[in-house]
Amino acid sequence: MQKHGALDVDKIREDFPILRRKLEGGKALIYLDNAATTQKPLAVINAIHDYYMNYNSNIHRAVHQLAEEATLAFEKTREKVAKFVNARSVEEIIFTRNATEAINLVAYSWGRANVGRDDKIVISEIEHHSNIVPWQILASEKGAKLEYIGVDDEGYLKMKEYSTHLDSNRVKLVSVSQMSNVLGTIIPVDEIIRMSHEKGIPVLVDAAQSVPHMRVDVQQMGCDFMAFSAHKMLGPTGVGILYVKKEILEKMPPFMGGGDMIKEVHKYETRYNDLPYKFEGGTPNIADVIGFAAAIDYLEDIGMDRVRNHEVELTKYAIERITGVKGVTLYGPRNVTDRGGVVSFNIGDIHPHDLATIMNDHGVAIRSGHHCAQVLMERLDVAATSRASFYIYNTKEEIDTFIGALDEARRLFKI
Amino acid sequence: MSDDIYREIILDHYRNPRNKGKLPDADVSIHDSNPLCGDEIDMHLKVDGSTIKDIKFEGRGCAISQASASMLTEMVLGKPLTSVKDLSKDDILENIGLTSLGPARIKCALLSLKVLKLGMVKYYSDRDPDSAKKLQDDSKGL
Repeated sequence: MQKHGALDVDKIREDFPILRRKLEGGKALIYLDNAATTQKPLAVINAIHDYYMNYNSNIHRAVHQLAEEATLAFEKTREKVAKFVNARSVEEIIFTRNATEAINLVAYSWGRANVGRDDKIVISEIEHHSNIVPWQILASEKGAKLEYIGVDDEGYLKMKEYSTHLDSNRVKLVSVSQMSNVLGTIIPVDEIIRMSHEKGIPVLVDAAQSVPHMRVDVQQMGCDFMAFSAHKMLGPTGVGILYVKKEILEKMPPFMGGGDMIKEVHKYETRYNDLPYKFEGGTPNIADVIGFAAAIDYLEDIGMDRVRNHEVELTKYAIERITGVKGVTLYGPRNVTDRGGVVSFNIGDIHPHDLATIMNDHGVAIRSGHHCAQVLMERLDVAATSRASFYIYNTKEEIDTFIGALDEARRLFKI
Repeated sequence: MSDDIYREIILDHYRNPRNKGKLPDADVSIHDSNPLCGDEIDMHLKVDGSTIKDIKFEGRGCAISQASASMLTEMVLGKPLTSVKDLSKDDILENIGLTSLGPARIKCALLSLKVLKLGMVKYYSDRDPDSAKKLQDDSKGL
């Protein structure tokens, strides 16, 4: 595949069978809900198919050929993930069901051991529910407190507030998203981590929206924990990734007890397995982890900088077009270099769910609602927003159709 | 399809809702929401004997949920409170003229009925627990 310059989107689209399907009424599918989940290239679908057709087996235990092949493919994915985010070793990569489970793993394991009464956990107002609720549960269990970094009217975090939070010597963890799933804001995690580490406080980065769309290097960033999901980056559902710095992981108690996470089990005591297996109790999602390797290969072939550039182009175009539509309120930073390929908006008094229904008539799949970010919705003082989000296979022509559907909504609602 | 949904009457009830607001001396008030959409409805009822003497709703959400609530208040005002138990999904959809909604949007249309039925059960459970239990069992789609 070509490695430089603009993406060959026509060629990329050929790799995604679903983009050829027709919706009711013969409409072409225009998929603009990529922040929720992306479509899957044939290579990923084939990898899963191949596993079930040819070497389906449980892993890590049996010595027969199928088990060896499956174990090899499973562990090969771990190597690819480690390389993709530049982890120091495969021991730092734990497979979970999704990013949510990855964050919960940290809250239940590291959090229970390290957070106590009157301690503080700092998060921000842009967080997804998956980076709020686990900390609420931990805080109420331990008598700890949750503190929020506010967001300003343009969607940037209030760094002064953050700095003030860090003045307290009770802060035990900072947990922030690297990219807002609603506003698209790219959060300055390098700066957040630098400030936090000066006080010796570890940082968890929720990278569910960033790793799929830009180059992310855990060593350069310096985060202590990072969570993301395969299905938002061309991979299958049911696979999440937790990265944890080895020196922290070594001290963490196990999360789920069971098979595969043990070395020896006796009647009243157990010796736990080595890293990272200690944190992967039970048979994992073998097929989908193997499928995820094909997704990483696909993105590596394109190059993450080109993925990012393509999305910046689309976002710039979408913002230009949508700001020309009467009655539109746009959320998030105006500067496209500060945001990912996510465009949230409202139009007149049309509720996002009504808008999504009208969009659907045109084959346009957008998201409407609170996007699992109700704290942010309250901050923006809206019940819901509509959201279009882009990926490597989207085109400017699709954005034109999306804008046309917006005009149709204005006609129906007489705006 | 959207042309069939977003007709003049739906937009009229969405923008000029009937019986919307608070009811300070309500005999029963109840709130529910649709977690999928975040639509919210509060229903307030004033009951005289067994008749719905006054009804108000508060809420926010899509045109379908809010228009449906507005139309429902008009439909039941002055009727016996127990008659609410007999209202079915189809009664509501016919009332608002949306019989071909998909599974996701149907929940928007039916939220207000769900809240009203919960309100009816709550009203009687405070006064006559046995008949409340029976109303709950008999009530369609609760």
